[in-house]
Amino acid sequence: MKQAERTALESFAHRVRRHVIGMSGGGGCFLGASLSCTDLITYLYRRFLRFDPARPTDPARDIMLLSKGHDVPALYGAFVELGMLDVARLGNHLSPFDHIYWHPNRAIPGIEFHSGSLGHCLSVAMGIAYDVRLRGDDNRVVVLLGDGELNEGSVWEALLVASAYKLDNLVVVVDRNGFQANVMTEDLIPLEPLDAKFEAFGCAATTVDGHDFDDLDRGFGRIPITAGRPSVVIAKTIRGKGVAQLEGRADRWFCRFSDVEVSALLDELEGGAETQIEAEALVVR
Amino acid sequence: MTTTTTYADALLALARADERIVVMTAENRAPIRSLPAALGDRFLDTGITEQTMVGMAAGLALRARIPVVHALATFLTMRAFEFIRTDVGIPALPVKLVGTVPGILSEANGPTHQALEDVALMRGIPNMRVFCPADVGDLLAGLAAVIHDPAPWYIRYCDRPAVTAHAPLEIGTAEVFGATEEDDVALVVAGALFRETWDAAALLRDEGLRVRIVNLRTVKPVDTAAILDAARCALAVVTIEDHFEIGGVWSIVAELIARASISTQTMSISCGDRWFTPALLPDALGSAGFTAEAIAARVRTELATLTSF
Repeated sequence: MKQAERTALESFAHRVRRHVIGMSGGGGCFLGASLSCTDLITYLYRRFLRFDPARPTDPARDIMLLSKGHDVPALYGAFVELGMLDVARLGNHLSPFDHIYWHPNRAIPGIEFHSGSLGHCLSVAMGIAYDVRLRGDDNRVVVLLGDGELNEGSVWEALLVASAYKLDNLVVVVDRNGFQANVMTEDLIPLEPLDAKFEAFGCAATTVDGHDFDDLDRGFGRIPITAGRPSVVIAKTIRGKGVAQLEGRADRWFCRFSDVEVSALLDELEGGAETQIEAEALVVR
Repeated sequence: MTTTTTYADALLALARADERIVVMTAENRAPIRSLPAALGDRFLDTGITEQTMVGMAAGLALRARIPVVHALATFLTMRAFEFIRTDVGIPALPVKLVGTVPGILSEANGPTHQALEDVALMRGIPNMRVFCPADVGDLLAGLAAVIHDPAPWYIRYCDRPAVTAHAPLEIGTAEVFGATEEDDVALVVAGALFRETWDAAALLRDEGLRVRIVNLRTVKPVDTAAILDAARCALAVVTIEDHFEIGGVWSIVAELIARASISTQTMSISCGDRWFTPALLPDALGSAGFTAEAIAARVRTELATLTSF
């Protein structure tokens, strides 16, 4: 990757983070999970997906589903930066007069399918991938899952079927930030060795640093990883990535910050002093 | 009238005429055994995975396909309930859910296989429509309309032999047999007990009673006019269903009568709040009180109570 390309991606992701943090004011949002996949979503839309923001329903596009729906602020932030969503609408977050709420929905152009209940979008993505194959087309179908979401049996059931039907136009991306909602995955329902689990279910899996665009290039450079198998990219990430006060903390999942705190967090993101957060540390949803 | 004689033949004819149709099953091939070879890649067996099948059906429907999915009614409507509600119901995708061996048709399988709440569950989902064919003739008379309708549908599969001919289905319109201005009783039925209802009506008519049969066909949308007309013209309305009393035909009729502020006598012949005794169909019908003779006796008793005042 050229330095200019890397810088452009970093700059894009930085702007997305600003939007995400902005949405943590007011009624709040699922900040930790949104920041962990901000680089991933940046990478997918700017470098991997064959997707023209000016034509979000182009039949030739690659299709991306966000299965871990509560990180939708990162996706909306990316949509703003892609020119698909008016930045003013982020100010409508949680307003009953718009459709920008805690989970994605198809009223927003670019959202392919709604989510919120975990363990659904993999099978929906498989239906899309199967149709692509029936038509003889070459669209790729990407579905982004959380690692906590991997508790759901429907994920593993679906993988059995995806493998049986050799859906190698399917790309499962795991935002491996190490946390369920309120606790670390390995402390509750251990997932490791995760790549071996996916391999055992008939997928071809690779692990990347989800914040390193060069490593993402390596992981997504050859899809399908193995012909005839679904691809799985496990992206190791940090919950709350970008703001020291939020990083890797179990109690910074859903956050609702004051306007002062949001301003301080944005300042910290630009290299300012570490934010003093007084908001309730843990809001369980 | 359709000229095909089996569900599989009828579905195949529809699929051959419409490339959008994809036939799916969670390894429940009994009613569609002939289709894999005939449909090739448009036949998709996901294995014993009701949730994955319904999720995939939603994905296919997003791509303008019409998935017709099959599984045992209990597992389809309950194991995959949230997938149906969330992935099919919320976006109102045209997925056709075919629940096989529902209700009494599960025969000797036992309570695990007795879908006696499937109508209640499916009709409770916004956007979802529900077709309860009376027999194989009714099923075939409605299949094309249901598959081509743009809504999601639950089809409570019934392939019992027909006791009468059925006209092509008009969605939301019931079939009414033997109606007069002053009936003694209206038998409102949906699904597999149509045959016993038909025979019970014959027994009661032999005794000189005026008996109307209302075969609802689609219970959502339901034929409100047919139900209210029955309530106004008959001394009593009796609902007959192989379903729990809660949430099915009796509930539907009671809701409509309440909303219209009609005062009439109603009675439910159903599974009540119990699973039925597992047995082959004739014995299961007998022990559940669903034979023609048992139905006629219950109606006779009800009418006797009414006229004794």
